[in-house]
Amino acid sequence: MKTAVRSVFLLAAAVIAGCASISDEEAARRALQVMKASFDERGQARLDRLDQDEAQKLCSVPPATVLPKETVERIEKANLASIRYPADGKLLGDWKSGEKIAQNGQGMQYSDDPKRPAGANCYACHQLSKDEISFGTIGPSLLGYGKLRGASEAVQRYTYGKIYNSQAFTACSNMPRFGHKGILTEQQMKDLTALLLDPASPVNQ
Amino acid sequence: MADPMRIRVAEKDGLVTVRILMSHEMETGQRKDSSGNLVPAHFIRSVVATYQGRTVLSAQWGTAVAKNPFLEFSFKGGKKGEKVVVSWEDNKGDKRTDEATIN
Amino acid sequence: MKRRSTRRALFAGAALALCAAGPAFPQSAVDEIAKYRQQLQDGNPAELWEARGEDLWKQRRGPGNVSLEGCDLGKGAGVVKGAYAELPRYFADADRVMDLETRLAHCMVTLQGFKFEAAVKRPFGNGSNRSDFEALAAWITSESKGVPMNVSLSNPKEREAYQIGEKMFFFRGGTHDFACATCHGETGKRIRLQDLPNLTDRAGAQAAYTTWPAYRVSQGELRTFQWRLNDCFRQQRFPDLKFTSEGSIALTMFLAYNANGAAYNGPAIKR
Repeated sequence: MKTAVRSVFLLAAAVIAGCASISDEEAARRALQVMKASFDERGQARLDRLDQDEAQKLCSVPPATVLPKETVERIEKANLASIRYPADGKLLGDWKSGEKIAQNGQGMQYSDDPKRPAGANCYACHQLSKDEISFGTIGPSLLGYGKLRGASEAVQRYTYGKIYNSQAFTACSNMPRFGHKGILTEQQMKDLTALLLDPASPVNQ
Repeated sequence: MADPMRIRVAEKDGLVTVRILMSHEMETGQRKDSSGNLVPAHFIRSVVATYQGRTVLSAQWGTAVAKNPFLEFSFKGGKKGEKVVVSWEDNKGDKRTDEATIN
Repeated sequence: MKRRSTRRALFAGAALALCAAGPAFPQSAVDEIAKYRQQLQDGNPAELWEARGEDLWKQRRGPGNVSLEGCDLGKGAGVVKGAYAELPRYFADADRVMDLETRLAHCMVTLQGFKFEAAVKRPFGNGSNRSDFEALAAWITSESKGVPMNVSLSNPKEREAYQIGEKMFFFRGGTHDFACATCHGETGKRIRLQDLPNLTDRAGAQAAYTTWPAYRVSQGELRTFQWRLNDCFRQQRFPDLKFTSEGSIALTMFLAYNANGAAYNGPAIKR
């Protein structure tokens, strides 16, 4: 659902356009400069976390922005190419472990222990199992995900691929690219695929 | 002495309402610190409020009361300009007494 | 026939809308939480920080043995009433834009004689390890309660800070590709059960910015906007946003200006 006209920005834009100000390109350049000087590394979070790849650079725009078709296709193509499917060809793991991974919001923060496995924090943004009422709405509901789609090989590949790199299918997706950015292990992503597709999973009851 | 309380007292139609904000950790003794050690219990054990020497509230608290507790109560017969005195004592023997004038 | 298909289309449309939006938290629950928050306002432990902050402002401290009462927060030396509603702003004596904490650090150095590193040693408190900044911010912001937000972009450096803050707001980065906008760019969303203000929308920005600093019940501490920004970046998997850094001021400028017009409502109380 797109938000209405953002009067906030219009007002500021009017002030900035009307008075002597720096250009948008200059603002972007200064912002990068300022950011690099404004952060300290801490814990496992090093300053390279501020280095953007192409998708991040192109997607650093307001959510309602419509990117050119070629840009969208370029982002999705590049991210699709990054997906590494399991060598053994098995995409379904253990849904019970998957549920734990979906509930776990830790991992990669400067306050987190880098030795402990990261979670996917799915419930922060999605509804998954019916019994878990503490779920977010940043992403669509996944209740009944497997029931609706079945668990054919094509669906398994899409699901695993989406978890591995969401931007392979949706440029500028809000969803983290769990495999591509090394957040989750292959086994964890298999377990999440099972959470979504296994008929016995609470997601499909 | 411990941090001062914030006390507001107002009289209206013969009823005096007392609002007290106390500064206290109210540690239950069940929490663990980052090293895994139990943080010792430290909580307000008793609260007494008096008006002209007469006790208008007496309370015995335990670990169920939250940190920085807020207490509100009323009593009849207080007059504007007079004082209400509130005291608390905790399980370590720390005390605090503050007073406020009825508005 | 036409009426039936229109009705069916309407029904299908409504059903689709429900599916697309996802299950919402019942409005009754949202209203109850709002009522609960209203009840908590009376007896907000933030007042304990306000009392400490007022003392700190008036106390002679530092190598200079001077109080902060000579500090100019933008409306003249010693004028505290209404000052927070106009921050961040450009200060000619420092030739830069400053938010509240940056200006306080500046006065601690120039008036009281503290060294900068010593002054900002503890920006965020923890139990008995208290932060002077949190106490001072609690009191100073309380003196702007009810005052409409009135941040200016009249100085070119203020405009630059706003533009940089805006770029930072949409900056996708870190291991999770999160920007501020990822959570705060759409209306009506929540993370787990925590409603998220849309900071790109005037009403959202106003409601959010005017309730910081706030007593955070879950932490038992009073937290300022500098803290909020640092903790957001931590959760975004970014490194540590430096206290009173130019980036923190720019982001604050962006959000404070977007809140203009709304009555400042802090210090508030939050979960």
